[in-house]
Amino acid sequence: MKVLHKLIESVKPHFEEGGKLSKFWVVFDSLETFTFTPGHVTKSGSHIRDGIDLKRTMFTVIVALIPALLFGTWNIGDQYFASIGQEADLLEKMLIGAIKVIPLIVVSYGVGLGIEFYFAAKRGHGINEGFLVSGMLIPLIMPVDVPLWMVAVAVAFAVIIGKEVFGGTGMNIVNVALTSRAFLFFAYPKQMSGEIWIHDVASSKGADLLVDGHTGATALGQLAGTVGKVIDTPAVQVIMGLFADGGMFSLHNCIIGNIPGSIGETSVIAILIGAVVLISTGIGSLRIMASFLAGGLFMGFLFNLMGMNAFMTLAPLHQIVIGGFMFGMVFMATDPVTAASTNTGKLIYGFLGGFLSIMIRVFNPAYPEGVMMAILFMNVMAPMIDHYVLQANINRRQKRLQNI
Amino acid sequence: MSRKQRIKKGVDIRLSGRPADSVTSAPSASVYAVKPPDFTGVIPKLCVRIGDLVEAGTCIFYDKKTPSVQFVSPVAGTVKEIVRGAKRRILAVEIEASENNIYRDFGVLDVDKSDKNAILSRVLEGGMFPYIRQRPFDVIANPEDSPRSIHVSGFDSSPLAASTSIALEGRMSDFQNGINALAKLAGVSGVHLGIKNTDATLAGVRNCEITEFEGPHPSGNVGIQLHHTAPLSKGEVVWTLGYQDVANLGAMLSSGKYIPTKVVAVGGSECATPQHVKTLAGASVSSIVNVPATASNGDSVRVISGSPLTGDQISKDDYLGAFHSAIALLAEGSEPKFLLTEGWLGLGLKRFSLNHSFPTWLMPKSKEWNLDTNMGGEERAFVVTGEYEKVFPMDIYPQHLIKSIIVNDIDSMEKLGIYEVAPEDFALCEYGCTSKIPVQKLVREGLDNLRNELG
Repeated sequence: MKVLHKLIESVKPHFEEGGKLSKFWVVFDSLETFTFTPGHVTKSGSHIRDGIDLKRTMFTVIVALIPALLFGTWNIGDQYFASIGQEADLLEKMLIGAIKVIPLIVVSYGVGLGIEFYFAAKRGHGINEGFLVSGMLIPLIMPVDVPLWMVAVAVAFAVIIGKEVFGGTGMNIVNVALTSRAFLFFAYPKQMSGEIWIHDVASSKGADLLVDGHTGATALGQLAGTVGKVIDTPAVQVIMGLFADGGMFSLHNCIIGNIPGSIGETSVIAILIGAVVLISTGIGSLRIMASFLAGGLFMGFLFNLMGMNAFMTLAPLHQIVIGGFMFGMVFMATDPVTAASTNTGKLIYGFLGGFLSIMIRVFNPAYPEGVMMAILFMNVMAPMIDHYVLQANINRRQKRLQNI
Repeated sequence: MSRKQRIKKGVDIRLSGRPADSVTSAPSASVYAVKPPDFTGVIPKLCVRIGDLVEAGTCIFYDKKTPSVQFVSPVAGTVKEIVRGAKRRILAVEIEASENNIYRDFGVLDVDKSDKNAILSRVLEGGMFPYIRQRPFDVIANPEDSPRSIHVSGFDSSPLAASTSIALEGRMSDFQNGINALAKLAGVSGVHLGIKNTDATLAGVRNCEITEFEGPHPSGNVGIQLHHTAPLSKGEVVWTLGYQDVANLGAMLSSGKYIPTKVVAVGGSECATPQHVKTLAGASVSSIVNVPATASNGDSVRVISGSPLTGDQISKDDYLGAFHSAIALLAEGSEPKFLLTEGWLGLGLKRFSLNHSFPTWLMPKSKEWNLDTNMGGEERAFVVTGEYEKVFPMDIYPQHLIKSIIVNDIDSMEKLGIYEVAPEDFALCEYGCTSKIPVQKLVREGLDNLRNELG
């Protein structure tokens, strides 16, 4: 590896101040520190240091996302061939999926990192690794047929308005990936609803290839159709039939994940593998995940008790395995920058997040992705939760003073 | 019956090169030094010039703000050099030892028959007062304060630290005498002594309240012990000192001589013979340990006066710090590390990490680690949360306190408990920080700012 290091060192002068390429110092620096952990030694404080850094932390999250990414890629193909009633093998399905997913990843990273590099160069600091995760999360929460230009606009919005205006990685108030999704949801509502969840479903329909009964709607999209209707009506019963055993959105299928939905959100199993990676390494907060889950189940249970419409009667376990609940719980709510930062605060934050996710999706069918709204809302509330947790600590200390 | 206290949070970093239980006496060094920067918060005013003859116990400099606090020479000899740094700041006063050590005689003082003022003035005169630090601010104490209580940690839990039983061997009567003197100086709450549950050396000490601590580092930090026995509130002052300094104080009062004995734990991966060495405060490093020219990894050797977590980086021609009872020799880590082998993406078998993305937590606890001084990454903004809390055994939110220090928000610092802490309490937070935030430096700055603000 000495050879590689010598090579990097030999081109370094061109990028340093006064060199021809000094404008691209940030790019060079990030590539250099990517390949070689720099030989910086401790200058103050502890002489020995842990090997953990932000690169490794972020990379662990990416590793945790791989199962969801691979499954999502396969699922695109699977959904496509199922919608037109064709048999296909694993490779064909993966190929269709890869054709859809890779451009999304390229656009997401390209636009996001481009903006990050610009801001890093302008502010004269190194590249923060935060976008490595955001850039992977964004494709996974997109519908498969979303136009690439829309993704590019959404990423740019999320990185600039969601993050850089606050000062960059570590300073943002709301989750960057969810900001991009919310941006699309509100800026392009027409394009973000309807026939985009299964690859080419619109043209398949046009060409009359679509298998009967296949609408390409997601589980939440279907359930939204039941709200405001009497439970016993035949139309509602047909929809609820999809969620019964053997239906398209049966508990079994929702857990496996071979249903339409955003690319990475469908498979509960793949997401839980990621959760195991995050929890065992301690990089994702178990507190947040567990309390988020508890909050979701609790709200689902309350809705069961109310039972005012068909959506409410769905079993709590079924509620949490559809839509983006699981994905949001494992990968979005646990974002340490935007979540509550105190241990007690994390429990409150997670519980309310899960609670609101289920509440929003049922009460307001116009926002089927309740989890997105709930997490963004809780992101904004997190500092307030922390404030009260800290205040309790401060009060304890002041009480001690009075007792003397 | 002593109280028992279990500290759950924290971690013991087992570094290779732990000092053996043997003690050797170091040969007398030819040059000793008193280093003003060791005494935080002091503005030194010299009372000697180059070429002056001094006795052991002669005043070298005093504190400009409280002239009664005198810093005295550990040996008799000649003032060889006054080392100055930027803005003519005095970094060290070097004293070339003469062949015969002549002690200045302060006279014997019977602690039991003396009152507070007599003891205090003797401690000041005899040069032992500078070893007393105070909380808040973790600076040298002010003799005009009347402390609520005095806290002594009877053990050092940091990596490569000296063992109490070895350091105090044959010095128990001095230690008891020191405690007796401190008990007269302390206020109504008296003297608190924290001892390790597995070491009975100090269990029989009288005239103080003993608390037995169980648990990993930082359970031996006096700040942690203070927090768990009698937490400090705004407006209160407590004094703290190390257990070897208590014995020295006791010896000074009973003999009338200033002999700042230090049993120093010499260790670290680059140390050929890790052991305990008996010497005097301010002795030259070369008299204590032989520093190899290159480290085992081919890099240079870092000499640390004090613990690898909190000590000062010194050169091999430098001197032992006043508050330090350890010297660690570690390898520098200035070689860049390729991402897949030993860099950020490697398996990390050689790295002792508090994070479970490294396999450290799966390895046996008895494994000894050979760590170098590499930062292991670059400084970043705070991203990860909940990391400091795992190694910070106080009812204080460390990350929020650090943030309030960064923005210099005095009000928040006070509310979040800055009066109780010292930089050393944050050493493990700094060790395990993903964002490589210079935590101890920030805490020191915060304490200094607050102290200036309060005047």
